[in-house]
Amino acid sequence: MALRQAAIYGKGGIGKSTTTQNLVAALAEMGKKVMIVGCDPKADSTRLILHSKAQTTVMHLAADAGSVEDLELEDVMAVGYGDVKCVESGGPEPGVGCAGRGVITAINFLEEEGAYDEELDFVFYDVLGDVVCGGFAMPIRENKAQEIYIVVSGEMMAMFAANNIAKGIVKYASSGGVRLAGLICNSRNTDREDELIEALASRLGTTMIHFVPRDNVVQHAEIRRMTCIEYDPKAKQSDEYRTLAQKVIDNEKFVVPTPLEMDDLEDLLMEFGILEEEDESIVGKKADEVVA
Amino acid sequence: MTKLNKDEAQALIQEVLEVYPEKAKEDRAKHLSVNDTSDESQKCVTSNRKSLPGVMTIRGCAYAGSKGVVWGPIKDMIHISHGPVGCGQYSRAGRRNYYVGTTGVDSFGTMNFTSDFQEKDIVFGGDKKLSKLIGEIDQLFPLNRGVSVQSECPIGLIGDDIEAVSKSSSKEIGKPVIPVRCEGFRGVSQSLGHHIANDAIRDHVFDREGGGNDVEPGQYDVAILGDYNIGGDAWSSRILLEEMGLRVVAQWSGDGTLAEMEQTPKVKLNLLHCYRSMNYISRHMEEKYGIPWVEYNFFGPTKIAESLRKIASYFDDSIKEGAEKVIAKYQPMMQAVIDKYKPRLEGKKVMLYVGGLRPRHVIGAYEDLGMEVVGTGYEFAHKDDYERTNQDVGNATLIYDDVTGFEFEEFVKRVKPDLVGSGVKEKYIFQKMGVPFRQMHSWDYSGPYHGYDGFAIFAKDMDMTLNNPCWSSMTPPWKASEEADKAAVA
Repeated sequence: MALRQAAIYGKGGIGKSTTTQNLVAALAEMGKKVMIVGCDPKADSTRLILHSKAQTTVMHLAADAGSVEDLELEDVMAVGYGDVKCVESGGPEPGVGCAGRGVITAINFLEEEGAYDEELDFVFYDVLGDVVCGGFAMPIRENKAQEIYIVVSGEMMAMFAANNIAKGIVKYASSGGVRLAGLICNSRNTDREDELIEALASRLGTTMIHFVPRDNVVQHAEIRRMTCIEYDPKAKQSDEYRTLAQKVIDNEKFVVPTPLEMDDLEDLLMEFGILEEEDESIVGKKADEVVA
Repeated sequence: MTKLNKDEAQALIQEVLEVYPEKAKEDRAKHLSVNDTSDESQKCVTSNRKSLPGVMTIRGCAYAGSKGVVWGPIKDMIHISHGPVGCGQYSRAGRRNYYVGTTGVDSFGTMNFTSDFQEKDIVFGGDKKLSKLIGEIDQLFPLNRGVSVQSECPIGLIGDDIEAVSKSSSKEIGKPVIPVRCEGFRGVSQSLGHHIANDAIRDHVFDREGGGNDVEPGQYDVAILGDYNIGGDAWSSRILLEEMGLRVVAQWSGDGTLAEMEQTPKVKLNLLHCYRSMNYISRHMEEKYGIPWVEYNFFGPTKIAESLRKIASYFDDSIKEGAEKVIAKYQPMMQAVIDKYKPRLEGKKVMLYVGGLRPRHVIGAYEDLGMEVVGTGYEFAHKDDYERTNQDVGNATLIYDDVTGFEFEEFVKRVKPDLVGSGVKEKYIFQKMGVPFRQMHSWDYSGPYHGYDGFAIFAKDMDMTLNNPCWSSMTPPWKASEEADKAAVA
């Protein structure tokens, strides 16, 4: 099968890295050859696969060696559970330097060194929460990820973020082949969450590819730096990730998304009781003024 | 060719604008005009606006204005081009600001110091590298009096905290380390870089804790501001000021030093040559220290005499007498220069396109030689520069701001000046068109042109260029034979 490249986006803290690694573990279990490319300076995209605290990153190795040209592919790539290949782009501490440039440099390096070999079935890019600059859009530019999965929950800000990411995809979809491949709902147990995300997905022109329920076993596995699949293959949650993996394999619905206008998104949230009707009379009023 | 009259010049502008698309035409029209001496309002062309893409502007950037112009010539400080290597390396030693000193020991003007950014410095930030670099500089060149950090573009993009590094490094080496936020993408030309550099001097030189020196101020102390000592310009200027009895305690910044800058807030009068690049600090010293400033012009004997008298008017009679003595002493020498060259240059037309002050300041020197400036313009001037220019040019003179490659060539083709004075990028275009050309940024590797000594060189250079026998040998053999054929047929 031809190599499929997918990128996982979503609001910070939504569970992108956990979901990605469990999905990848499930794919590996089915015999697929997979690589994960972590695109986040925190470098926590591969820890569950590698059982490590944080993988040594491309950019840190490059800084030690002098320049990225001094590195070899085997220096930066680690192999973990299910022969999953792992790379972390790495980047600076918060508040200094340019993390976006780190992502660009690391991905260019992987390409030039031939990391995307013939035998791979999937590459997953796990990208920092917000597409704050061009660097974090690198995975969805020409010849990189063709399918984007957005991890989302029934919380308002997560849905705002999903809609913004869809806008970003539209921008790159016009110049390249990148498409929205679906929403993955990582449940926060909010009311009517599945219906809400399905409604959002249909408005965006896509589908909710899977609803991943909340289960503490994921946290238990994480404390042990393992995926749920590896920690407890018989757990019900592991089957959820296997279902997600199968749906990803079978997925053929790749679309140019139709992001919502702010008003439409708010209407949708109101419909599900997440946002209350806006009362124009209270805008800009301080607490004591409102009481009076 | 006789000079275009006002209507012809106006028509020429319209004709040149014709080739532009509608929006560009509208924009460029505001930057072009014909001087009208009868117009009381003295309307100015639009200036200091972003250049249009595609027009081949020759403007520089804020880094060029700060590192290249204002800070670079301060010879006893080390100026770090902070960022990738190119900005510093390709501007190194290109401006001919002469200085006295031993390069690499106590003076560093023609050297390039850079943090030479690599990919990893962009990603992880360059703060640590900068701090290390400053330490190494101070070890290798212990006689430096201080360091300035000249920001290249990436510094602003990745948000490096050069202020914090400068502060801590300054403590470590016990010398001033001055952060300058002159990232190239700021502003529309080098002009903002001048302003940023002036502000950095205000904030980090004048107000520096433990700064200053013990030189006893005197009643005749003056500072030369905005003279970059191109080919020795400031030297041929200061000798005249000293001869009339003034004490020049600082040169900004050609052949200048940190101590001279620190001494300047104690002078009696600031003398400002390049208004554009140093009016900011002049105004600041006026406001904060009550030091008056006066613009002067040391190109050509007429303007020099005028300027010496204007400067002397701020002082007592001894200085006024001194000025008269200086003028009287040099006048016969200048007359000899004029007698020699004027007959060879009289009536010749000049078109200029230069930077900060020369598009108006050199007009007097040409006029002393009987020549006329029929077109002039600035790369990065503001409205106040054009207001001053309007006073200095004659009726129907073409004025062009941030002129485009196309406009300048077309103007020259139609106006047919006898001489064009502009920069190195224009030089070979006009020479190939058969028009004599002088490089008026670096004086074409000649100079100085300031002061009385400079005028003699200026006159000789203009004659040498204009009356060079090569211009009559411009017709290539195949065209020469065509012309001969035509002549035979006739």
